Amino acid sequence: MSGREFLSGNDAFAIGVCLARPRVISAYPITPQTVVVERLSEMAENGSLDVDFIHVESEHSALSCAIGASAAGVRTFTATSSQGLLYMAECLPYASGGRFPIVMMNANRSIALPWNIYGDQSDSLSQLASGWIQAYAQDAQEALDLALMSFYIAEHPKVSTPYMVNLDGFHLTHTYEVVDIPDDSLADEFLPPYRTDAGIDFNAPKNMAFSAGPGHNAAFKYRQHAAMLRVRDVVTEAEARFAGIFGRRYSGLTEAYMTGDADYIIVTLGAVSGLCRDAADALRARGVKAGVLRIRYMRPFPGDEIARELRGAKAAAVLEKDISVGNAGAVFTETAGVTDTPLSNYIGGLGGEDIAEADILEIFDDLRAGRGGVRFLGIKERIDEESR
Amino acid sequence: MKKPYLRAKSAFSIDEYPDSASFTAGYLTTSNGGWRSLRPRPDASKCVMCGQCYLHCPDGTIYLDDATGSYAVDLDFCKGCGICARICKPRAIAMIPESAV
Amino acid sequence: MKNLDKNEYFFGHKACAGCGGALAVRIALKTLGERAVAVLPAGCMSAVGFNFPQLAFANNAIISTFAGTASMLTGIVSGLRARGETGFTAVGFAGDGGTADIGIQALSGAIDRNDDILYICYDNEAYMNTGVQKSSLTPFGARTTTTPAGDRIRGNIREKKRMFEIVAAHGISYAATASVGYLRDYVEKIRKAAAVRGAKYIHVLAPCPTGWGTGADETVELAAEAVDCGLFPLREFSDGKFRVTIRRTPNAGAIRAHLARQGRFRHLTEEDIEHVISLTAARSNHL
Repeated sequence: MSGREFLSGNDAFAIGVCLARPRVISAYPITPQTVVVERLSEMAENGSLDVDFIHVESEHSALSCAIGASAAGVRTFTATSSQGLLYMAECLPYASGGRFPIVMMNANRSIALPWNIYGDQSDSLSQLASGWIQAYAQDAQEALDLALMSFYIAEHPKVSTPYMVNLDGFHLTHTYEVVDIPDDSLADEFLPPYRTDAGIDFNAPKNMAFSAGPGHNAAFKYRQHAAMLRVRDVVTEAEARFAGIFGRRYSGLTEAYMTGDADYIIVTLGAVSGLCRDAADALRARGVKAGVLRIRYMRPFPGDEIARELRGAKAAAVLEKDISVGNAGAVFTETAGVTDTPLSNYIGGLGGEDIAEADILEIFDDLRAGRGGVRFLGIKERIDEESR
Repeated sequence: MKKPYLRAKSAFSIDEYPDSASFTAGYLTTSNGGWRSLRPRPDASKCVMCGQCYLHCPDGTIYLDDATGSYAVDLDFCKGCGICARICKPRAIAMIPESAV
Repeated sequence: MKNLDKNEYFFGHKACAGCGGALAVRIALKTLGERAVAVLPAGCMSAVGFNFPQLAFANNAIISTFAGTASMLTGIVSGLRARGETGFTAVGFAGDGGTADIGIQALSGAIDRNDDILYICYDNEAYMNTGVQKSSLTPFGARTTTTPAGDRIRGNIREKKRMFEIVAAHGISYAATASVGYLRDYVEKIRKAAAVRGAKYIHVLAPCPTGWGTGADETVELAAEAVDCGLFPLREFSDGKFRVTIRRTPNAGAIRAHLARQGRFRHLTEEDIEHVISLTAARSNHL
């Protein structure tokens, strides 16, 4: 399966999952995730993937079933999007609290109402507290690579925590790019079969997914939190291993682009990052010290990295595709908690709205002019004035 | 005969908690005997060894005692519901008030 | 019954004294043995069975989400098979609400896929764990905390959902009703079910002294009486055919007596009781 191919983000991700050789997949179709489950179904049918593909009757069952398979101690995958993610929401903390290292692809999509099938990040960003590792891919290559790395990180004995890989709906899931496909044997070398002694065991039976009352509950949550914080080091380890085998390098929880000496920085995540870098390049050409900080992981939250990269900047803006109604974007709120750099918030791309390079340049202009607050791209009224 | 049983360890330091909501099956740290206001008292001389008391106990506390060859009650876990006494055709099980024991 | 596993797999739990559900779970696990993997959704049996560090199942057992009993069973079977395991039974124990209300979608999906699971519904006829609220398997006339009996509403006005027929309508491999008052019949049905590959469903009547307003020692007697008076027929569905395993003709006097001894029916009027009797007769004719 190795070589270079022109693939959509969904296709690339499906190939990455295939290379990871999960034994159980349970999934329910939802736009724009469908291509992933269709490709994986084809792979199961033609024998390139030895997997039990379970066609469940809902997303709630998709994750409930995946938890069961993971409890049996085998590598497990599911995929969803938007309303589907919310429908399975009950099972998210269930999977993480039980420390079941399931990998899920989420095709980032808007949340009803109003109904909308296009991309934004409202779905996954509403689930930051669910205990899942959350990564955001920026292109199809990274999507494929994260499909492989996510299993390595989720199943790592120091982590044992479920992992959600986010791909911007349509902008990434349905956009075609040239992608390097790793060789099967190298993929196997990177990611050995999953082995655990935490699963169902007939020689040493277990009682699992139990209750823990007031005297014990906090201890479980504390240990879960500690495991999530260990993800940072395991990401470093996984990326070094990945670079050693495949030659492609990744930069941990964030990716900094010309932030070192930057006066003005846009903090963002997902597929729009490339556009932001283009805008920064254009500004640099005009002598403006612009930079971009791409958040690759929202969980664990890269607070240290963000604080370090924003230090010394005159102003920064968080550009994100969600709004926590009544406050601000979720990424902005978290970022504001770790930096003293003046920070503003741009809500864009909602319901698949295009973000143009001109929009990014305007954000940099606002930063240079000292304009702050929370703004919706494409809406000229300012929310802070509106509310007076 | 195997069954869940009382363990000495019921308190855990933060390092001893399982790293998932998963732990040894059949691990008991408290008994249920204190719930009881009536206690079953089997009379071996009336017992016909039909085993209905053993079968119908919701708590599985009635067992065939290998030493005596008679049915006995695990009083650490019997809740005193009285199903055994009621199901017993020869009326070989009496329910005695705990206060009278 | 003699060759039932001597080990106790559900022991030291905190169920109320005289709990029919606990008896249903205990006997099923003794029938299935140590290679049963039990899935229990939120509900009485999980609440009383798994409170760390008091864990009352001797076999592998796991709590599922309330709606997810059947789907988790499917995942466990798939995962264990992928691991190379054979000769185990994935068995679910969900209450009436967990089965006929919130869990019916996942159950329907698993039966539709004919996943190799055994689903046991222990029916105590209301949401007992949360304090006796009405479920769709609460029988006509029963007083619950959400269908109180007063002058305007006299308890639950709806008939019990026909869960067994709903399951059978899927064309399931094997389904049965059972009662903790007829343990031999219950055990035989579990054994039959365990021998069938595919989806299996057993619906076992399991009285709840707390919710029914009956004595803790009356559980087994009530469960047998519900069958004997004709209210709860013991049936099977296999190879596309229905069969009655223990035939009882509905008896108006026995139904009256059965209702009269339960606190939850004490408010019923003569008209209500006649209605229950006629419903029972109509359903019996249908069989």
